Amino acid sequence: MDRIPVLQIGEFLLVSIQVDMHDQLAMALQDDLTERIAAVRARGVLIDISALDIVDSFIGRMISNIAGMSRVLDAQTVIVGMQPAVAITLVELGLSLDGVRTALNLENGMRLLRAGSA
Amino acid sequence: MTAVSVFQRLGEFLTRHEQAILRRWTEGRASDAAAFSSAQDERQGRDLFGAIVQASTVSSVATVEGPAWHDVRRLLEEFSVQGARRGLSPGQTARYVFSFKEPIFELLRTREDTDSASTAEDVWATSLLFDSLGLFTMETYQRAREEIISRQREELLELSTPVVQLWDKIIALPLIGTLDSARTQVVMESLLQKIVDTGSEVAIIDITGVPTVDTLVAQHLLKTVAAARLMGAECVLSGIRPQIAQTIVHLGVDLSGVHTKASLADAFRKALALTRSDSTAETSLYGKL
Amino acid sequence: MTGQPGSSAVIAPLRDQDDVVRLRQTVRKLASQVGLSLVDLTKIVTAASELARNTVVYGGGGHAELELVDAPRHGLRLSFVDEGPGIADVERALAGGNSTGNGLGLGLSGSRRLADEFDLQTAPGKGTRVTVVKWKP
Repeated sequence: MDRIPVLQIGEFLLVSIQVDMHDQLAMALQDDLTERIAAVRARGVLIDISALDIVDSFIGRMISNIAGMSRVLDAQTVIVGMQPAVAITLVELGLSLDGVRTALNLENGMRLLRAGSA
Repeated sequence: MTAVSVFQRLGEFLTRHEQAILRRWTEGRASDAAAFSSAQDERQGRDLFGAIVQASTVSSVATVEGPAWHDVRRLLEEFSVQGARRGLSPGQTARYVFSFKEPIFELLRTREDTDSASTAEDVWATSLLFDSLGLFTMETYQRAREEIISRQREELLELSTPVVQLWDKIIALPLIGTLDSARTQVVMESLLQKIVDTGSEVAIIDITGVPTVDTLVAQHLLKTVAAARLMGAECVLSGIRPQIAQTIVHLGVDLSGVHTKASLADAFRKALALTRSDSTAETSLYGKL
Repeated sequence: MTGQPGSSAVIAPLRDQDDVVRLRQTVRKLASQVGLSLVDLTKIVTAASELARNTVVYGGGGHAELELVDAPRHGLRLSFVDEGPGIADVERALAGGNSTGNGLGLGLSGSRRLADEFDLQTAPGKGTRVTVVKWKP
């Protein structure tokens, strides 16, 4: 089964979601991430969703889970690249991504992680 | 005779006399100076009438919304859209459809194999059918024209939504004029796109030039602020005049999660502070909507 | 809203997560065909995703009926049908949920907000049929 690759940039991990995910892929990603965060003692996780044109409550829950697990492992999570149409839809859907930080792009996201980890 | 069987009978009649009706129709068009005529128009007429005959044999009711009338609707839509583009009036497009009635009436009147009561029923059924088709054509025409107009309006709005880059990572959108729900939506979507395009972390929405705000517009503004926040940008609402502040409170709109400043200058100062503190984005606004 | 699909409806099975993914692609294609704006397309595909997931997860599987509508205007009509347990407390389900809790409530109430028309037919033991419509303005 395909797995979503997790890249390491210094003390941070980067995940880029490009495909329409089903359950197994999402579970595998959550497992892989938590393992890697612990293994390399990462301080932050960047999840790039700029390629996603649909984000539903399933993906939303996955993101919340990842943020929660990261926090327990003392790492911050930042979501970057949310498309405007997705943002508008999530607001209408009433999906609250409580406690999940977001940034417009990777550059801003990195800045956020670096500042937050001080 | 039930309504169903009258229409069934009409269907059979139209099928049997399709060619004769078309012949009379073509002759009638040729002698009508106001009618547009060309080989293409005649072919279009034949196709349309053929589809009508086909549908009338399958469907025994005079409502054109059912699945049996799908092909007819498609042809009428094509015709309508062309008409709108050619600058025809909606009346002209409807009259085109009505023009089939006369040849059918003539044939109904002159046949000898039936009684006058049945003929009256047949004429009534024909009228009903072509009147519905004519109405549908007109409605489609209106919609086609409205679509052209609203697309032009959107393009105009895009052009007239001047987003100003005030500073590195700060843009401002001065809204001017009365906002209605549709316009607000378009403008807000465009703002969100510009936030992405410019990578701006703060967007100042200035409503000094907006005389009144109603619930729908207020909600759109709030949703836009929430969406921007989800994307990783903050919004600052500025230029809220006392009357609008009152209206908003009366409407029960909750602005407690939104940055608001009276003047653009204050809003700019707030925007600078926001960009410096890198405090963008804890996303927990929606409960307030 | 009619309970029966028109003759031009596409029937899509909803048995597992892969079907949900496939359904999203199909609805995206149809929404494009209707000519919906990007935002409207995003909204209806997301609503479809929520409802499809509900059908698989809470309804024990079922199917979707996808229809391009052209009268009275152009639009997309989607129905999600299952023979599952049905929804006992409709009021509460429609009042909404939040993302951490019950996905069923969020999916239903969210879809209602995302669509132009919404219809829910359900009863305990009688299964569920949810229909949403998105019109081209």
